[in-house]
Amino acid sequence: MHKNVTFKNPWLPYLLVLPQMAVTIVFFIWPAAQALKQSFLVEDAFGLSSEFVWFDNFVALFTDPAYYEVMINTALFSIGVTVVTMVVAMLLAVMADGVLRGKRTYQLLLTWPYAVAPAVAGVLWLFLFNPSNGVLALALRTIGYNWNHYLNGEQAMALVITAAAWPRIAYNFIFFLAALQSIPRSLIEAAAIDGAGPARRFFSVMFPLLSPTTFFLVVVNLVYAFFETFGVIHTVTQGGPGTATEILVYKVFKDGFIGLDLGSSAAQSVVLMVIVIGLTAIQFKYIERKVQY
Amino acid sequence: MASITLSNVRKSYGTTHVIHGIDLTVHDGEFVVIVGPSGCGKSTLLRLVAGLEEITEGTVEIGGRVVNHLEPKDRDIAMVFQNYALYPHMSVRQNMAYGLKMRKMSKADIEKRVNWAAGVLQLSDLLDRRPGQLSGGQRQRVAMGRAMVRSPAAFLFDEPLSNLDAKLRVQMRLEIKRLQQELRTTSLYVTHDQVEAMTMADRLVVMNAGVAEQVGTPMEIYERPRTVFVAGFIGSPNMNFLPARLRGGMLELGQGLLVECPNAPAGTDGRDVTLGIRPEHLVVAKQGEPADIQFVVHMVEPLGAETLVHGRFNSVETNVALRLHGTPNVWRDAHLPLRLPPDALHLFDPASGVRLTE
Repeated sequence: MHKNVTFKNPWLPYLLVLPQMAVTIVFFIWPAAQALKQSFLVEDAFGLSSEFVWFDNFVALFTDPAYYEVMINTALFSIGVTVVTMVVAMLLAVMADGVLRGKRTYQLLLTWPYAVAPAVAGVLWLFLFNPSNGVLALALRTIGYNWNHYLNGEQAMALVITAAAWPRIAYNFIFFLAALQSIPRSLIEAAAIDGAGPARRFFSVMFPLLSPTTFFLVVVNLVYAFFETFGVIHTVTQGGPGTATEILVYKVFKDGFIGLDLGSSAAQSVVLMVIVIGLTAIQFKYIERKVQY
Repeated sequence: MASITLSNVRKSYGTTHVIHGIDLTVHDGEFVVIVGPSGCGKSTLLRLVAGLEEITEGTVEIGGRVVNHLEPKDRDIAMVFQNYALYPHMSVRQNMAYGLKMRKMSKADIEKRVNWAAGVLQLSDLLDRRPGQLSGGQRQRVAMGRAMVRSPAAFLFDEPLSNLDAKLRVQMRLEIKRLQQELRTTSLYVTHDQVEAMTMADRLVVMNAGVAEQVGTPMEIYERPRTVFVAGFIGSPNMNFLPARLRGGMLELGQGLLVECPNAPAGTDGRDVTLGIRPEHLVVAKQGEPADIQFVVHMVEPLGAETLVHGRFNSVETNVALRLHGTPNVWRDAHLPLRLPPDALHLFDPASGVRLTE
């Protein structure tokens, strides 16, 4: 059967894709082009004139040791968020999969945090860990652990990772649970008869079958940690103490809107753009490598 | 080598009882088939033996050892699932070796056993493929191989052929039976297909609504079904059932229609019965032979080797099927003189459905 759909009017298909194209151009391509243009310019202090400087902004960026520090922060932060999110989500999904009574309620409750905006999640965790009156901070103090993320950079990093991972766990949980439920029961039973205990069954049968989902989530979580966690950082630490929790996106904002160094900020955006393009390419390239059922 | 003994096995989910006390012994090396309609509890029963479900009451013994509280892996059984349950991320070789690896067998022994099973099942060329790259029949054989390599005390089969097309099913049916006869491994096989059940079983268990209605060899069950349910379930097309009344050694079917019934049990005179007669046992009377009953043809289904004829006995409202050899010259609305051989008449109690004739 011939499957090509043909339109009588040759302009109709273009007309139909026009709205999508318009949205893409106005909200994605145009700002990206602006950023790209800006990254080659240096503006004077009053914003009255700008000068084309070729790659000077990038050179300045990559020769600045502070930028590498932020890169390391970003790496720590995004790996932390991804690992915490996925380990907790998988653990919850495996447990939810085994629940028999009140299964629906349990699953529904676990998906709720996904509805919480990152900035709100940040504020929530900030309240819990406020060094002077946060419930969890006080609890930690009573067992002899001095919590003050305003002074301690490592604690601040742990806090932003927790706050950023928390709403994300729900999202990962949904995917893991769906993947677990799509594994035929009889496979697990066959493994049980073959002599594998619960742990062995998980690692030699279930986990390999979850690998397409796991891979997808790794990429999606990295993208999230890189680009969508601005709200968390801004509400919880503003990148502090010092630059302990300053990540790439936050530096773009800080240099551009607080430091008003638009050229450098734009150059950083371009770097981020390259990273996101890379991550997307990896995902597209390997997403096809699925386990065959 | 072991026997399986089920004593008064019951299973309930909460207040829902699905298996109502099954007693069954599968002797060493025997092939027992459990057959029944869907939802009769046959798969549940198999899963109780496998240890995949908890036994509510009664005991299951495998090889003289009560296994009620043993994990599936400690019961020394292998199971072949309906959907094969092959590990999709492992090669055929790894699939078959998995159970041996879990039992900490040496690499050389694993290799030897897998190669032996692959040879027997003609899988030697496919050992490095993934299940996804195999056809249905090949997957089925891998599933068999995975069960064989372990040389378990018993094989449990849960409708292993129902995912195959009709032709392959017939072929695999023979293959499984042949393998079982070679290996002499005690086997319990669940199916809803009565042809599979009849052809494969040494002994048959016909289950209905959580009860074993009859246990016996396929021929015993075919010839002397113990209940109406068994009589209707085994045999294709189904046995014909007609309401009748016994009167002085005769069967009264409808108004004034009397048929001789010499084998009516004593003391049943005057009572209502259900008459069962298989379509293949109704005989068209030859010219000059006396006929017991007239048959009006409603529909003819020629199948080549045989012809199914649907219609009614004169003045009886129930549909009756006949199975005639070859392609006899029969047409709609024709009247056929039929003989009802006395030894082909099965009488059942209409209320309990239990067999009355010896």
